Amino acid sequence: MRKVFIDTLTELAEKDKKVYLLTGDLGFSVFENFAQRFPKRFLNCGVAEQNMMGVAAGLALNGKKPYVYSIIPFVTMRCLEQIRNDVCYQNLDVKIIGVGAGFSYGPLGATHHAIEDIGILRALPNMTVLSPGDPIETKQLILKSYLTKNPTYLRLTKGGEKVIHYENANIKIGKPFTLKKGKDGVLIVNGVFLGIGKNLVEKLEKMGYNFKLISMPTLKPIDKKALFNEIKGEKLIFTLEEHNIIGGLGSAISEILLESSYDGLFKRMGIPDQYPHAVGGADYLRRKFALSEGKIIKDILKNYEKVK
Amino acid sequence: MGYTKISKDIRKKILKMMYESQTAHLGSCLSCVELLTILYFKILKINPKHPLSENRDRFILSKGHGAAALYATLSQRGFFPEKILDTYCQDGGKLPGHSTINCVPGVEVSTGSLGHGLPMGVGMAVAAKNDGKDYRIFVLMSDGECEEGSVWEAAMFAAHHKLDNLIGIIDYNKLQAFGRTNEIMALEPLKEKWSAFGWQVKEVNGHNFSEIEKSLSKIPFRKGKPSLLIAHTIKGKGVSFMEDKLEWHYKNLTEADYKLVLKKLS
Repeated sequence: MRKVFIDTLTELAEKDKKVYLLTGDLGFSVFENFAQRFPKRFLNCGVAEQNMMGVAAGLALNGKKPYVYSIIPFVTMRCLEQIRNDVCYQNLDVKIIGVGAGFSYGPLGATHHAIEDIGILRALPNMTVLSPGDPIETKQLILKSYLTKNPTYLRLTKGGEKVIHYENANIKIGKPFTLKKGKDGVLIVNGVFLGIGKNLVEKLEKMGYNFKLISMPTLKPIDKKALFNEIKGEKLIFTLEEHNIIGGLGSAISEILLESSYDGLFKRMGIPDQYPHAVGGADYLRRKFALSEGKIIKDILKNYEKVK
Repeated sequence: MGYTKISKDIRKKILKMMYESQTAHLGSCLSCVELLTILYFKILKINPKHPLSENRDRFILSKGHGAAALYATLSQRGFFPEKILDTYCQDGGKLPGHSTINCVPGVEVSTGSLGHGLPMGVGMAVAAKNDGKDYRIFVLMSDGECEEGSVWEAAMFAAHHKLDNLIGIIDYNKLQAFGRTNEIMALEPLKEKWSAFGWQVKEVNGHNFSEIEKSLSKIPFRKGKPSLLIAHTIKGKGVSFMEDKLEWHYKNLTEADYKLVLKKLS
């Protein structure tokens, strides 16, 4: 994902001299080419994220288009008030690129996990929040958010994600994207759960169940009408995300469903409201929180029986 | 019009806004009046008729709680009609208690939480340098604000990038929200700290027009370095019973006090 981000940003920087890349001393072995090609527009701000976010705001105030990069907790929570006051309150064209969604940095411990970022940033007025799940979504959302002028947070997983979408899939900010149709229920997913979700619906299909898979890489704003079009007549909806069960995709979708005429069953699946104390990679940590594919399928079918 | 008359008018405007709105931070506003007077009537390359002209000098009031002083100065300088000042902190008014971007022409940046102005000023200074523009960025901070880590992050960055188009000014009135700065969190040796961070530092009496004017007339203080002006000031300056009194960070003017102050200023 980082590679897709920097390749896409390099293309944009080539065309648009307003594009700047700011990093909190991260991006080793990934950003060198950008730094060499655009030395004046590459600012390694050092390990000082509050200043970095303020500098981005100052650049945007003077007509630049800064992209601010670091590991998610450092580029969101460490400088949250700068994001709030300098970027969002002033509604500036600052793009925040966080790497390490969910448990991407699994073994490094909870300081490096990103399980609260969506909930926090979703609450900031003017902010667009994006959590792509594969390289196609990442590229499309970078290109589309480039055309906007409001603050945007793009949450990247760490790398190695399989391509799920077709090359020319038309991913739009705010819109759901149905990858597979089905009549037995709906899985709405984002981030790393895009790939997992694809596995899940395939496995369920082999077991004789036909579930719909919707990717929802935008957490805010969500086009409600487009969402309702995709879930019309459904009676069983699940959200799956690598984020605290509070504040993320499940919360965003439930807020919309509760204010609608939806009368089916709805269930959020994500990380329970706690920090992991176990040590291990993302797969291992998901298993610890009952988010292995086997456990999820069991949970899905248990709920399926309730509404059948 | 001489600086003395201008600053007196600005003070009267501040007092009127504060009295009518019954809001706090009067002492903080009064300590930076001479600095604002020299900046807006001598130093800043600005045009009130074209407040957003591309090559204007930028001024950031990082001590956003001094907003009334900035609004009064901008109005005095002709950025907007004086009667707008009557809406300060009033329901449906234009002027919030902390300076907010474009609430009236001339307010460049939203501030209110301390330690935000210098990093934004740094970003503007980088943009100016990369664009080959010669406008300058002035950031007025409070002394207590220098306790914020973000100020020193920005200080390091500005010196590293040789941003000699950036000028920090500290309104050093030596009183912060709960008492004397040197009792709450010692700032001294302040000059040496900024010097050690790579800034060229000057000190002035922040109420002496000619000292302020002289120091800000030659910018940068040294080529290749950001400039820092430590302005020694008195909180509540200009109103004898408010001078150097902590409580005027908070207190509201009574009618009797307001009348008395006006009489003294006239």
